[in-house]
Amino acid sequence: MGRYIIRRLVGIIPLLLGITILSFFMIHLAPGKPSVLQESMNPKISMEVRNRLEKLYGLDKPLPVQYLLWLQRLLRLDFGRSLGDDRLVIEKISERIPVTLTINILSMVVLFLIAVPLGIQCAVKAGTFFDHSVTILLFLLFAAPTFWLALLLMQFFGITLGWLPISGLKSLDYEYFTWWQKIGDLSRHLFLPVVVSAVGSLAGVSRYMRSNMIETLQQPYIYTARAKGLPERAVIYKHALRNAILPIVTIIGLSIPGLLGGSVIFESIFALPGIGRLFYEAVMMRDYPLIMAEVVLGAVLTMAGNLMADIAYAYVDPRIRYKK
Amino acid sequence: MIAFFIYTNAPAQDYGDAYVSGSIADARTLVPILAADSASSEICSMIFNGLVKYDKDVSLVGDLAESWEIQDDGLQIVFHLRKNVSWHDGAPFTAGDVEFTYSKLIDPGVKTPYSGDFERVESFEIIDDHTVKVKYKEPFAPGLSSWGMPIMPRHLLEKEDLNSTPFSRRPVGTGPYIFRSWTAQEKIELISNHAYFEKRPYIDRTISRVIPDEATMFLELQTRGIDSCGLTPLQYLRQTDTAFFRKNYRKFNLPNFSYIYLGYNLSNPLFSDKRIRQAFNYAVNKKEVIDMVLLGLGRQLTGPFIPDSWAYNREVKEAAFDQARARQLLKDAGWADSNTDGWLEKEGKVFEFTIITNQGNQERIKVAEIIQRQLRDVGVKVKIKVVEWSVFLTEFINKKDFEAVLLGWSLSRDPDNFDIFHSSKTREGEFNFVGYRNQQVDDLLVEARRVFNQEKRRSYYHQIHQIIYDDQPYMFLYAPDNLSILNARFNGVKPAPLGIGYNFIDWWVKKQEQRYNRISQK
Repeated sequence: MGRYIIRRLVGIIPLLLGITILSFFMIHLAPGKPSVLQESMNPKISMEVRNRLEKLYGLDKPLPVQYLLWLQRLLRLDFGRSLGDDRLVIEKISERIPVTLTINILSMVVLFLIAVPLGIQCAVKAGTFFDHSVTILLFLLFAAPTFWLALLLMQFFGITLGWLPISGLKSLDYEYFTWWQKIGDLSRHLFLPVVVSAVGSLAGVSRYMRSNMIETLQQPYIYTARAKGLPERAVIYKHALRNAILPIVTIIGLSIPGLLGGSVIFESIFALPGIGRLFYEAVMMRDYPLIMAEVVLGAVLTMAGNLMADIAYAYVDPRIRYKK
Repeated sequence: MIAFFIYTNAPAQDYGDAYVSGSIADARTLVPILAADSASSEICSMIFNGLVKYDKDVSLVGDLAESWEIQDDGLQIVFHLRKNVSWHDGAPFTAGDVEFTYSKLIDPGVKTPYSGDFERVESFEIIDDHTVKVKYKEPFAPGLSSWGMPIMPRHLLEKEDLNSTPFSRRPVGTGPYIFRSWTAQEKIELISNHAYFEKRPYIDRTISRVIPDEATMFLELQTRGIDSCGLTPLQYLRQTDTAFFRKNYRKFNLPNFSYIYLGYNLSNPLFSDKRIRQAFNYAVNKKEVIDMVLLGLGRQLTGPFIPDSWAYNREVKEAAFDQARARQLLKDAGWADSNTDGWLEKEGKVFEFTIITNQGNQERIKVAEIIQRQLRDVGVKVKIKVVEWSVFLTEFINKKDFEAVLLGWSLSRDPDNFDIFHSSKTREGEFNFVGYRNQQVDDLLVEARRVFNQEKRRSYYHQIHQIIYDDQPYMFLYAPDNLSILNARFNGVKPAPLGIGYNFIDWWVKKQEQRYNRISQK
């Protein structure tokens, strides 16, 4: 087992190298230049100055040299400084992680808390009016563009009713709140973003749940349970659910690498300082060090996820382990 | 008796409250000489002062400099600095700080985009603690306004690498507001400087919130989550025309220091004949462009200055919308519809060109479409190409790979536009990318930079305006109005050509209307 893991870890190195080479060259060869060098066509910023800046940022060297320099720094875990504001890239990314992670985890919890019971109910009442109307509603929510739904909810809860704040994470006088007020304030701010980000996936997960449940309910052991005279509740929630929920657990596992992914549109509308906007802005500004750091982060997370899944499989299935 | 008189006539201004503004983007750095984006510059302008500044009527007045003298036919400027000004940390402001800022502006290792104007300085001399003398290689009138550059504290930055100093996220200045906190991508808070050399500002605190989405920004106005923001023409005329907005907000329509134009690539044979450019100017109805794109909230212009500027020549009359005349001029230049298919031809080739503009600006795309339709009416076929900003600049503008370009200029308060129209500025990456060359304009541009006397400069710029309008290297389209909205609880706001923010330290809110006193009382 140990040998298998080591072999896999060694295999990751050329893969990571390949990913960085490919993305480094693609990003640098794409037309356009970092916006610190261009800015908004200010006639006061002369061409000589821009050329000098290019040198200061080391962007005048040949690409392979730039790549090797970058790789050298990466080996010391130095992701460099952002071209936009000269701050450490690692610092810029890590200050965005808590927001993105919190929202993603909360929305996942909300998602499963709603989707699983809903799926079960639809399965139990399959083919009824209830099942059909839930299905239609979920598909409508699935089809609705996030930004549109978000704006409608903001208008309704924020302005028409005046119950919830529209954007941002904290109220302006947050720092003067007591501990409980802070929790309340954060929850009020997080409510809409979490709901909106959960709504899109509701259809998918609850459909999975529904079809698994329907399938399970047709198993012979369910007939047995019913024949024994068990109450319907016990049949569904005790016997059927345990088997029907297994594939859902797999889905949770698959969504873990995505916990650090953000969405630009969504974060912009709610004015949340998340990873998605950071990455988008980095691309628009051609902030090369920041883009590369995010690429590496994404690649490492994905590979770590795959590795963990493979190890888990290897653990269950000895054939994978011993294959030469 | 006199005291009583003043007391009854001047309402007592209350201190307190906060001003909350919305900004599309977060600031990048608060080292003022590195700040090139508008969000950073705006915050810096509250924290720092330059030696000079513009007053409400856009004329230069002293800021950290009490007065100045121009000597030796403009070769030297002597600034007399204010005494008793201190930095927010209590250290005194002296001539050494000015010299330090200057030395950083011309330091090739500092990533400042503003070195251009300061490289013309031949020598910088400290005469005493409160007097400095700047000597130029040759007289350079725009140089005076360049000393509006914020001055930075030597005692805090001397040993720092300016490019990566932590000062960029906790700056110390001399200005009316003191830096308090910055939460990345959320907000920047400043508190008022009670010891500010002009006077203590009435508003205790300013908070600049980052709200990247314009629709959200507008919703925040309705929940009073922000006190002010810019408006689109549609928001200005229709969406804010409700009882709620009339009661709680005040709207402003002020001149903007920018204009939109259609630039022709003059090295392209299609546009080398002046008559063709003039014909296009007759063929496009700018009034219609403004009415359709800005709902009328913009002004036509005839030259490369802002219509309110002293440099703008009001005697230049804009060409009437006259498509018959346009057709005649095109015919004189050899373009006629010989096969009556509706398009003009010359030597068997149809008159056809592409306008490029940048992505993400719906306004410009609409303008391009209107021009396309109006030129079709005189038989010219126009295509439109929209390109992402960074690619647009590096691949098309800098390489002069375009036929016509729809763009805008944001101008500095000084009218000098040597970099845009002088024939020496046509190399790759420079700003005369249309390739305009006129000896007379070249000479006038050089002369206008050499004199400090505004009357003389005015006459030079008026001539430049006239010649450029006649040459039509650009089709000048419009200067959009600067539309904004502000919560009505702020008193003391006096709109002027410079905008509304120039007298921010005079703004105040009545005690009973103050909204953020929990914050203020800290």
